[in-house]
Amino acid sequence: MMTTLNQFMAPLMPHLMLAPILLPMLTAALMLMLREEQQRLKIGLNIGSTLLGLLVSIALLCWANGQGAARTMDVYLAGNWPAPYGIVLVLDRLSALMLVLSSSVGFASVLFAIARWHRAGVHFHPLFQLQLMGLCGAFLTADLFNLFVFFEIMLAASYGLLLHGSGRARVQSGLHFIAINLAASSLFLIGASMLYGLTGTLNMADLARSIGAIKEADRNLLHAASGILALAFLIKAAVWPLNFWLVPAYSAASAPVGALFAIMTKVGIYAILRLWTLLFGVEAGASAQFGSLWLVIGGMLTMVFGALGMLGSQRLSYLAGYGAILSSGSLLSAIGFGQAPLTAGLLYYLPSSTLAISALFLLADLMDRWRNDGATASPFEEDAPFLNAELVPTRGLNLDEDEEVLTGRVIPAAVAFLGLAFMACTLVIAGLPPLSGFVGKFAMLSALLNPLGLGASGGQQPGSANWALLILLIGTGLLALIALTRIGILHFWAASDRAAPKLRWLEGLPVAALLATCVGLTVQAGPVMDYMQATARVLHTPAMYVQAVMSAQPVLRMDLVGRTGAINPADVKDAR
Amino acid sequence: MEIVLAIAIGILTGSGVWLLLRPRTFQVIMGLALLSYAVNLFIFSMGRLGLALGKAPLIQAGLPQNLVHYADPMPQALALTAVVIGFAMTALFLVVLLASRGMSGTDHVDGSDAGDEPGADVSNQKKRP
Repeated sequence: MMTTLNQFMAPLMPHLMLAPILLPMLTAALMLMLREEQQRLKIGLNIGSTLLGLLVSIALLCWANGQGAARTMDVYLAGNWPAPYGIVLVLDRLSALMLVLSSSVGFASVLFAIARWHRAGVHFHPLFQLQLMGLCGAFLTADLFNLFVFFEIMLAASYGLLLHGSGRARVQSGLHFIAINLAASSLFLIGASMLYGLTGTLNMADLARSIGAIKEADRNLLHAASGILALAFLIKAAVWPLNFWLVPAYSAASAPVGALFAIMTKVGIYAILRLWTLLFGVEAGASAQFGSLWLVIGGMLTMVFGALGMLGSQRLSYLAGYGAILSSGSLLSAIGFGQAPLTAGLLYYLPSSTLAISALFLLADLMDRWRNDGATASPFEEDAPFLNAELVPTRGLNLDEDEEVLTGRVIPAAVAFLGLAFMACTLVIAGLPPLSGFVGKFAMLSALLNPLGLGASGGQQPGSANWALLILLIGTGLLALIALTRIGILHFWAASDRAAPKLRWLEGLPVAALLATCVGLTVQAGPVMDYMQATARVLHTPAMYVQAVMSAQPVLRMDLVGRTGAINPADVKDAR
Repeated sequence: MEIVLAIAIGILTGSGVWLLLRPRTFQVIMGLALLSYAVNLFIFSMGRLGLALGKAPLIQAGLPQNLVHYADPMPQALALTAVVIGFAMTALFLVVLLASRGMSGTDHVDGSDAGDEPGADVSNQKKRP
């Protein structure tokens, strides 16, 4: 089947790489032209486009995986100028994985949103698509400044989405969220321009090539630049102590937005993983592994903060927010070790924890509504100008064509569904068997104890940092388990006199789909782990990335070949 | 010239960071604006070393097309993009600031003055409707 798919895709590549960026952009542009009353059309467009994006991402993932060892990544020269002069998009296994992850989370949250949340404010659908565009662009680009631009697209849309539904809590946390992200963007620009001043390029592959040849006098400046740049990504990845904005913002956001934001911290993780392995791999000479200790220690502190936060939180959405911090911390400190087997483990852990946290954000909304007897979905909505208690648009602002009330067709056995889903979330987040969180944590623990792979210790003992991370991974898992179990008992066992929750198919389906993906990751752990190991191998061999990007040839235009005076992109490269 | 530029960037950044840490939303937005000015100047100053300074980045007739006769156009392009994005984001922040002021009745960044600035007069704050 895979070969058939690849045969089908061969003529489309590399142009299909643009689809994850262009598709949401065009959908958003189209939706902006529609009036706010045409909700049904917008819903159709949003779902259709997100689903198509998901299918394209899956096809790209199969393509990226199906290639032989010779060509491990696809390079798209957006302006038909050879690297490093033009903007370059690169599709490798890591980008494809992140694309699929963000599209899946996006699809689940758009399904959840159309049950009712999309009516809470205006322009939900275009903002949602623009956010997907920013995410996909950030995962595909191979240019530092282009990464900044896609970050800003993603953030601009996320500011709008965070405020969706309005209300005092959202505006308040939005204020902090925007302020810290603007400050982070300034740091990003300072770091990127310093790197440009030092190396004369912003192309990631060219940067990686230039790091090895940097002058000894410039080395401290390089480290300062990388540190400032890393700080911008670490703020996005919510490292302690730069993460106080996250929990209020994510928990104040409406449920589908919170679920989508679960992927936002992972963008910071992705950027660090990509740039750190590229710039400070073995080929960086004296700068190799620069900052690894910072990542390890910062990640560990973040883990402790996240686990304690989970233990101390009463509200479900806080629990999900701290869960996102905990997962970020584990990933960061595992990245810091810079070992391929550990990277493979963390890459397996990344999608499963993201999916589970995303599902937990959705579940939190359903369980809060159940607890409040369907009266209000969360305590904030008294301030929302668009809403009354039923989450139905107020009169005079008819956002919806069919006034379908909450209690449409409800799922039978909704309590059982909520309980099982919550249990599955607990298992994945705490890393207990049999679900994928356990497999991911087990892979990480095994890599920590056997840095050279199973049965090949070579007399080398794991260092103290390895032991510390091992203890923290198990310990924070235990704390998360305690916190989640306690909340579960409070919600499902201690409250006997509540009416059965009213749950619609559209709300149950995305939660079930996210968790079913976790189950799928567990069942298919072998092939998935192979994929992650291949990803990690390529990541820790930056020369492959550099070679793929720098050797990409522009398409020659036949009508310009041989004409005097016309600048041929291919010549520019030789002249350099 | 370098020292003037460096001092200007330093003063802008210093004032920006100080304002950013103040408790009033208007101070924060001014701080962010000053920071973005500093960053834009900084990007300008990061033009690649070894290239001609004080030259236009446009190709002119009669001058050989090599990097000796033209300034580095890259930082200018970067600064232009950064200016546009920074401007849009600041405008957005302004809207949220006003919404927060309208909803909470105070211009404190946390939406309430409780426990902050003991000398501040809280009594004249607008009560929420």
